[in-house]
Amino acid sequence: MQDLLRRYGATLTGAFVVLTAFWLLALVILPNVTLFESSFRYYLPVVDIGGPKDVYTLANYQKFINNPVETSFLGIPFTMPIHMITFFNTVIFSAIVTVITFVLSYPLAYYLAKMVSPASLPTLILLLFIPLWVSEALRAFAWYIILTFNGPLNSSLVGLGLLDSPIRWQNGVVTAYDAIVIGLVYTYVLFMVFPIYGSIQSLDRNQIEAAEDLGAKWWQTHWRVVLPHAKPGIASGCVMVFMLSAGSLLVPTVLPSTRSNWFTQTIQVLMLESQDWNSGAAYSFLYILLCTVVVTLVMWLFKVKLSDIAK
Amino acid sequence: MSAGVELDDVSCDFGRFRAVDHVNVSIRPGEFFSFLGPSGCGKTTILRMISGFQEPSEGAIRIGGKDMRGQRANQRPTALIFQNLALFPLMPVWENIAFGLEVRGEDKVRRRARAEELLRLVDLPGAADKMIGQLSGGQKQRVAIARALAVEPSVMLLDEPLSALDLKLRQHMRAELRGIQKRTGVTFIYITHDQGEALAMSDRVGVMSQGRLQQVADPREIYNNPVNGFVAGFVGEMNRLTGEVGQVANGHAVFGTPHGTFRARLAPGVNGAPVKLYVRPEHMVLSQDGGSENSVPVTIGDIAFEGNFITVSATADTGADLTAEVRNDGIGKLPDRGAKLFMHFDADRAIILPDESKA
Amino acid sequence: MHRKRNLLGHLYMGAFLFYLFVPLAIMGGAAFNDSRLPSVYPWKGWTGRWFAELFADQVMWTSFINTILVALAVVALAVPLGTAGAILINSISGKVRGALYGLMVAPILMPGAVIGISTLLFWNHANVPPGLHLSVFGQVSYIAAFVMLLVLARLQSFDPALEEAALDLGASHGQVLRRILLPHLAPALGAGAAIAFFQSIENFNVTLFTRGTSNTLTVYVFSKVRSGITPTINALALILISVTIVCAIWYEIARRRAERRALLLERTATLESAAMLESAA
Repeated sequence: MQDLLRRYGATLTGAFVVLTAFWLLALVILPNVTLFESSFRYYLPVVDIGGPKDVYTLANYQKFINNPVETSFLGIPFTMPIHMITFFNTVIFSAIVTVITFVLSYPLAYYLAKMVSPASLPTLILLLFIPLWVSEALRAFAWYIILTFNGPLNSSLVGLGLLDSPIRWQNGVVTAYDAIVIGLVYTYVLFMVFPIYGSIQSLDRNQIEAAEDLGAKWWQTHWRVVLPHAKPGIASGCVMVFMLSAGSLLVPTVLPSTRSNWFTQTIQVLMLESQDWNSGAAYSFLYILLCTVVVTLVMWLFKVKLSDIAK
Repeated sequence: MSAGVELDDVSCDFGRFRAVDHVNVSIRPGEFFSFLGPSGCGKTTILRMISGFQEPSEGAIRIGGKDMRGQRANQRPTALIFQNLALFPLMPVWENIAFGLEVRGEDKVRRRARAEELLRLVDLPGAADKMIGQLSGGQKQRVAIARALAVEPSVMLLDEPLSALDLKLRQHMRAELRGIQKRTGVTFIYITHDQGEALAMSDRVGVMSQGRLQQVADPREIYNNPVNGFVAGFVGEMNRLTGEVGQVANGHAVFGTPHGTFRARLAPGVNGAPVKLYVRPEHMVLSQDGGSENSVPVTIGDIAFEGNFITVSATADTGADLTAEVRNDGIGKLPDRGAKLFMHFDADRAIILPDESKA
Repeated sequence: MHRKRNLLGHLYMGAFLFYLFVPLAIMGGAAFNDSRLPSVYPWKGWTGRWFAELFADQVMWTSFINTILVALAVVALAVPLGTAGAILINSISGKVRGALYGLMVAPILMPGAVIGISTLLFWNHANVPPGLHLSVFGQVSYIAAFVMLLVLARLQSFDPALEEAALDLGASHGQVLRRILLPHLAPALGAGAAIAFFQSIENFNVTLFTRGTSNTLTVYVFSKVRSGITPTINALALILISVTIVCAIWYEIARRRAERRALLLERTATLESAAMLESAA
């Protein structure tokens, strides 16, 4: 601060502080405080707000554990509240999306960082960026077209003789979330590629050659030298893809099956259809909790700092 | 344990650029061999070809008599020490050293024991659990050597590993490297552009220029009997005089120049090629009056006091710049700037060489 | 061996690009299919009517203009806020810095829906009705963080001695900012503005909850996709993809031209120095 005053004087320093304060207070902190506070209030008609009924309550959070229904996981049947099922499905399938995108991205990131000729690298990066500029809704929609019952995937698979009759992909072949997972992977895979590419790129090529020279096979070099170096990028990519997937509303809405439900959809129904903003706030707060848990978990698991993730 | 390395007519092209051009050399088992040359002369490419990171465009490389064609770096009996050492920063010292054993599936207890043993060999006991970032430059150097030795290579390849160290440490590490080489008996192939390093450590030196091997010989031979102007000028300092070869007798020739007529040794194989006469500054003698032969009248210019010796620059009355290096005997008086003196040299200590390098 | 591995790499890269582009191509291709459902199969013949229908759609045009206006507003707010935040955080250290940094980047990691909802609730408390202005606020809360990260990275390569030198030479604080710091930050500010613009255009989650009854392009696409799909969406998609590709090609040509110029310059420089050496010798 002293330093700022010395360089820019009181007026400019004051301006920097005011701008930052506006950002953090009006746009970040206070909205979240309001969210937190609202989540403990009843959803009341306007006339009752501020009246005797307007007291703090946990009722909004209780909805999360209401309405238990029969379900099963890995063949084991049990009962669980319906919103909780949605929540855990969202978490599990977001995790699956994260793993798939990592598997798809790592070889590509390594190829871009260490194998491609420097002359064609910028062109390839640009090519990869093009789909990223196309809106998320459209990217999900593209897969809607591909996966429809009368769509090109079924017709080409049947045409090639790989399928006897068309499949209802969107209703799920393995799980009810197949189409959503496919859509999310397609939509967010580049958010995994670029952080990993960035971290592998900073690895000295001599490190790879040294490992090879000492007798390491290619997978040993990757396991002991490249992967550990790429850890911050992997952490960053995993957090990004997981949070984007868990928070996506477009993809689960465009590519739903009859049995799929994403937690964002639950919130959307509460907020925009039931107009129950207080419950919406409570469920949003659960998302913040999830986000915090995931980021903390990744930071602990990968032994990285927040600044590594936020790159 | 140690093996010889043969380069049999090896060339290497990068696109249209020929980095290494028909190099033939046979490095003996247990030898400390240096490739010496300016940057871009192809010496690093040679090292990368021996280690297996680069395939020769032509010719064959044999290690211990075995053709290495198609053998990848991790299959060759060589260990490379990189210019920047390439130690793994995320592993502690001992895991670095034992990495080569780890990837061969050696168990952890044996790896640890071997790492400790090698740390003692490179005089760094007790550093096993330190991280690479905690080490000094010289310590990193030793860890890199230990890591390379751990895989028990027959040939050790070193790519200017001392260039990042300060002068004192560099000189110390020279002796250290030489000592380790003698103790282990492994063939060392050393790449450097520092002639002092090459001369001080090596059994033999190969001087390179523009992808070609100019001369292979022991350090004394390289310094005292360079085969051409490039070797003469790259290894140590030289005074050069341009002229024509005259009458030849007993290996000496008369050499006519605008600064006078001199007599000097004539290098073999000088056949009509442009030549120069070369004299080392430390063989130039300053005196008040001219000697009987090989004497040039000069005017003294800059005098640089370097401590153990003094460099005297002078201009011949006929225009050539000459340098003499005078030992500092501690009591002698230095000549004055502008003084008129003579520089002369012994005919046996001057040599007439082809001007250009082999190209 | 190396060659084999390189070949595998090229193949994988090719397959990946195929995977990225084929869905887009199929979606674009369906825009010309004379079928009531958006599909390339079965092909019922070429038509341009989906484009005509799209251009006749007044809601689409309003949404488009709204999107651009929101994006411009986001750029105008996010760049100064993010820059101020970066300058501030760059000058402090220790715990406060860590906390501030955490607060600033947290919105990047937070789901957009949550940002939208919290923004909606907060301004509703302050009796500000929902609408695109709230969408701007919600978007800025996390887009400013992108700008902050870019500017912070750029600040790290800044030599503070330059500012001291300017002050020493008698510059005012305002002049130091304008003549020394901002020019150094210019590339980051430009990149920040571009990212802010594109992020805003892309945004759906925040906008959906804060927009009130206004539409932006992503919301328009979303509602179209949900309620009876017609290939007008494909027509729109094709136009957007084409614009992107044209921009990319234009950028690529500019880049190559710059590269060639740099190469030429380098060559002339070597030639010149060679000529100089020759004339010296």
